[in-house]
Formats: sequence, C-alpha cells, structure tokens
Amino acid sequence: MSVATQSQGQGGGGETPLLSVRDLRVTFEIRPRNAWPWTPSRRLRAVGGVSFDLAPGEVLGVVGESGSGKSTLARAIVGTVPAEGLIRFDGEDIARLSPEGRRARRRDIQMVFQDPLAALNPRMTVGEIVAEPLLTHFPRTPRAEVRRRVGEILERVGLLPSMINRYPHEFSGGQCQRIGIARALILRPRLLICDEPVSALDVSVQAQVVNLLRELRRDMGLAMIFIAHDLSVVRHVSDRILVMYLGRLMEIAPARALVAEPRHPYTQALIASVPIPDPVLERARTHPVLEGDLPSPLAPPSGCVFRTRCPKAREACAAEVPPAFEVGPAHRAACLFWDEPTPAFGRAAGAVAAAAEGAA
Amino acid sequence: MTPLLEVEDLRVTFETGDGPVHAVNGVSFALAEGETLAIVGESGSGKSQTAFAAMGLLARNGRATGAVRYRGRDLLGLSPRELNRVRASEISMIFQDPMTSLNPYLRVSEQMAEVLMLHKGMGRRAAVAEAARMLDLVRIPDAKARVHDYPHQFSGGMRQRIMVAMALLCGPKLLIADEPTTALDVTVQAQIMALLGEIRRELGTAIILITHDLGVVAGFCDRTLVLYGGQIMEEGPTDLIFARPTHPYTLGLLSAVPRIDREEETLLTIAGEPPDMSRLPPGCPFFPRCAFARPENETLRPPLVRLTDGRRRACNRPVEEILLAREAAQ
Repeated sequence: MSVATQSQGQGGGGETPLLSVRDLRVTFEIRPRNAWPWTPSRRLRAVGGVSFDLAPGEVLGVVGESGSGKSTLARAIVGTVPAEGLIRFDGEDIARLSPEGRRARRRDIQMVFQDPLAALNPRMTVGEIVAEPLLTHFPRTPRAEVRRRVGEILERVGLLPSMINRYPHEFSGGQCQRIGIARALILRPRLLICDEPVSALDVSVQAQVVNLLRELRRDMGLAMIFIAHDLSVVRHVSDRILVMYLGRLMEIAPARALVAEPRHPYTQALIASVPIPDPVLERARTHPVLEGDLPSPLAPPSGCVFRTRCPKAREACAAEVPPAFEVGPAHRAACLFWDEPTPAFGRAAGAVAAAAEGAA
Repeated sequence: MTPLLEVEDLRVTFETGDGPVHAVNGVSFALAEGETLAIVGESGSGKSQTAFAAMGLLARNGRATGAVRYRGRDLLGLSPRELNRVRASEISMIFQDPMTSLNPYLRVSEQMAEVLMLHKGMGRRAAVAEAARMLDLVRIPDAKARVHDYPHQFSGGMRQRIMVAMALLCGPKLLIADEPTTALDVTVQAQIMALLGEIRRELGTAIILITHDLGVVAGFCDRTLVLYGGQIMEEGPTDLIFARPTHPYTLGLLSAVPRIDREEETLLTIAGEPPDMSRLPPGCPFFPRCAFARPENETLRPPLVRLTDGRRRACNRPVEEILLAREAAQ
C-alpha cells in the first residue's frame, strides 16, 4: 500500500498532461438572509482538495450525486468561480497567465451545458449564436469566412447549414444541444467540458448526442471532461472516471476497472445502485441501500466525508481526511480500508409489514 | 375474476389554441390485484396523461373518453365528490417532484393529518400520531419530532418518502407512481425503489410505475406497456419484452440505453425526434422513425394483436424480422 504523492501523474499514458489539477479547492461564503452586517458568514467548501491529470484527447468522466461538487469543479477549471490550488493547462499555471494568455486559454477550453434551450440566447439566430465565439475572439474574421466556418461546424454536429436564420425555440431539445456543441467547437478547442449534456434529453435522443460526442472526440482529438450523474452514460463515454462525494475525490480509475473493481465503498454503493435494463440480471442482483442522507455541506463530517454512511467506518476514519491510495494501475481510492472487503449495506426486510400490522 | 383496474379504449384530447392535441389514442389494459405494471415511454408518449385521466386529474382543457373501471366501476363518469372517495381510500398517486405536491406553507403533520381526518374521521391527535407512524414506516429518522417540520426542511429523497407515506395513509389497493425517482440521485432512487418493493411485497399493493427509465422497470415490474404517440406499441410480461422485443420501437429503446455492465462501441439510435402530438401521422405513430416501416404504414395504423406468448403488439412486420434484427445487433 503506497500513498500516491501529489506529483505523480495519473494520466493514461506517459505524455505531458493537457490539464493538470492539484489540490483544487473552491469555497463559497454563505451569508444567511437577514444577517446583521457583523454576523460572520459561513464557509461552504464545494470542492476540497481534488487532484487529477488529463491527457490530450482523453475523456475523463466525473460522477457524483447532487452536492458532490462536480459542476463546481468544472466551473473552477473554466475560471467562472475562484479556486485555490493549482491548475495547469498545457504546462502553464493558469493563475499566472497574462491577459492575452488568459484569452487564448478561453479559446482552448469550451463548455456545453445541461439545459440546451436555456443556454442559447432566444433573440439570436442559430447562425449568430454559433458565430459569436468566433467574432468575440477574432473580430476581424471576414464575413464569408465566418459563414463558411459556421456552416461547416453545423454540418459536423448533424444540422443543416440552411438552419442559420432560425431561432432556438424552433428546435427540439436534441437539436438545441447540437447547436450548443457547435458553438463550443467553432473555436476548435482542445478541451471540451460537458456538464450533464444529455440528462435533459429523451433516451432515443440522448443516444444520438452521446454518439456525436464520441465521434467528435475521435475525429477532432478533443479532450473532454464529461460530467453526469448517470454512471451508465459516463462509463460509455469515458476513458477514466472520477467519483466525487461531498466535494471530495473518492476514487479515480480507468472506466473498466472502476466498474469491475471499485475499491471505495461509496463507488461500490453507487455502481450497485445503477439499475440494469435486464430483468433476469436485475432480479439476481442485490441492491445495497445506502442508509441516510447526504450530510450538510456546511457541516461536513470530519475526516472521511463518507464515513457517516459507510459500513466500513471506524474511529480512524473520523480523525483525518484519507489520502488517495494507489490501489491499482492508474487507480486511486481515498479509503483507509480499501483492501478490506466491504460488509453489506442496508438493513433487514420486513419492517414495512411489522409497522403495518401495528396499525391494524 | 374482475381485474382491479381495467382501462378500455382510453382517449385523451386537449383543446389548445392551435387545435386539438391527441395525447392518448385508444389505450386498453388491465391490472390484477397486487400486480405491478410499468408504463414506459418518452416525453409526449401519453404515459402520464393516461394516469391523470384515470385519476380525474386532467388539466381543464383536457377531455377523456373510453372507460377506466376500478373493480368494475367506471371512474370517468364519477362526480368529483365520489371520485375523491376513491382517490383517497382505493387509489393514490405519487408524483415526480415532491416539492410541488407538498404544500410549502403547511407542516407535514397538518397535511398528513388532514387526509386522515377527512377520509377516516380521525381526531387530530390520533391523526398526527398515525402520520408520525407512517413516516417511521417509510424510514424518516426521528419521525415523531420531524412530522412537525415543513417540507423544505427535508431532503429530496425524504420528501419523496413523505409522499409515499401520505399515499399509503388510507391503505390504497393501487398506487400510481409517476416518475417517482426521476428527480432523485441514483442511491436515493435505490432507496425509494426498495421501499416501493417492500410495500408491494408486504402490503400487496398493486403498483403502476410510469417511467422513462428501463433499468428501473426491469427489476420491479411484472408487466411492461410501451407507449408511443399515445398508443400501445407493445405490452406483455417484462421478461419477454426485454429479452425478445417484437416491436421496432421497443427494440430501438432498448438498444439506445447504455448499460453499466457492457462496453458498447456505438449506441444504436432511433433516428429523428419524438413526435409532435398535434401533428400525428394517420398511420403508425412510429412510422417516421422506424427502420422497418413499409410505405403503407404511413396511412395504415397496425392493430394491437395478441401473440401466443401472452403479449400484445401493434406492428405488421413479422415478429421474426424484429427478432433477427436484435440478434444481428448484439
């Protein structure tokens, strides 16, 4: 058992990472409503000490439930929320960039959002929406060139270039998401951050967008951070998966290893909770039921944040935040007892009947 | 034996500024006591409106025809007063977003006690005690004290458990759950589905589960009904529907879902988008997206035919053709 030090690369290959994140922390100041001016504000740690590397062209899935900090992590990387810690893009510390360097970085990192319609300006035509990033960063691009690039990228995401004069409300959810992807790709970014890009879409349309993202990644050599709560989709899209809980990294591993051999009890509970659309398999599986609720992020448990719901928890878990142990090839898990078997989750059946009898 | 619930040729139409929208177009099914039925479909398939019509909960511009018989008694013709009696003690419903179905201004105890006082004639003190007992049953910790909290003081998962507790107050024989876990995280979803499973097993409550999530259906429902464009595409035992889908839409739906236990290269997709319900084609509603369609299906609506294995399907392509396509895809 060896503790992975912060400097060890976690990427798939040996090449220089495109993105390197070390001990990233995001803290929000929360002021109660009606607070007196002298009332101290409370600190909410949305992301606490997350480290990972992303290789060029690699897809990293980030999963976690509500309040896990996965969206905040994305925003910290894009730079829309202030963060502590180190973020290196292409080897450069982004906190020390010149204004020109910062602009270049914004071109290189683009984002796709969850609600496709809300992310598009209803008063702009599709052509204007997709051209906007290009005209913002390269205002002197000739008209004809803009038109050509917009048509090209629309075609690339499966829309017709003739749609440029229409407005977002004329499109379905799936088409709006394609427009959002086109807008993100027109600057030819090197990293695309997708925050729940398919969770608002119908199953059949979701598959279309997932396939599109996989194609784009293959054809354009895009690196991606794919954030979603649906582990089945994340597994399908990602090379590696990072699991978060209450702002902390629980486990990170190649997608296959994470699903086949999860080492952290939270990951184990998460994977076992995902239903499989196969009645025979599903009946044979035991669904561990994770007891209780997510603790308040304003008062997270000491030490390991998962310990209040963990069947393995012991005294040691409350003492300090467990480091991420190297548990396999490119596989880290933040659990002191990762190499011990996990006892069963959940509790005995029969409680409902007993209580109902009491009523009769 | 009379089924618990029998829906016959149910049609729901909404009058809108742009003309009528046909949300449900001739849906028929029956449900036995203690049985679990899944109604599966994408947005606009009519799955929720089918339940709303049965419960008399359609929006004001909606109209339902056909029959919804509960133990032989047609619910569609009932007065609101009579319907209220059925709704409380015989059939109850839980919804997707518990926050919109709970009154944010009332303590949980008041909302739950009201049901018992109105329908069971209980006194306030007894009703509140019973409400606390039901919260304990659905595993709200410290139920005796927390019953007096307001809805916003609970987490999303706990609110959904409160909804389940409220739905069970009068001991219904049928519980209709409309996307009960869609707004919840996956570990919370597992908690709620485990709870519904216990209710079915131990109280014998029949459950209609309305959902778009095929995974949730697989582990839970005896039978599955697949809706598209307000019509039944396929219906039958869940095992059969999942293992050997015989309708192109069911096949497409099952192939489009990524599975955590598999490594697919590319997901098979259904081309196009879910239909616009105000402009449904006269023939098969799935025609514009169907890989198996023949020209005549554009105008010819295939009838719902019962197969020998106990399922029903509405497609006039041979069963073998669909089954072969599934094998080829796997």
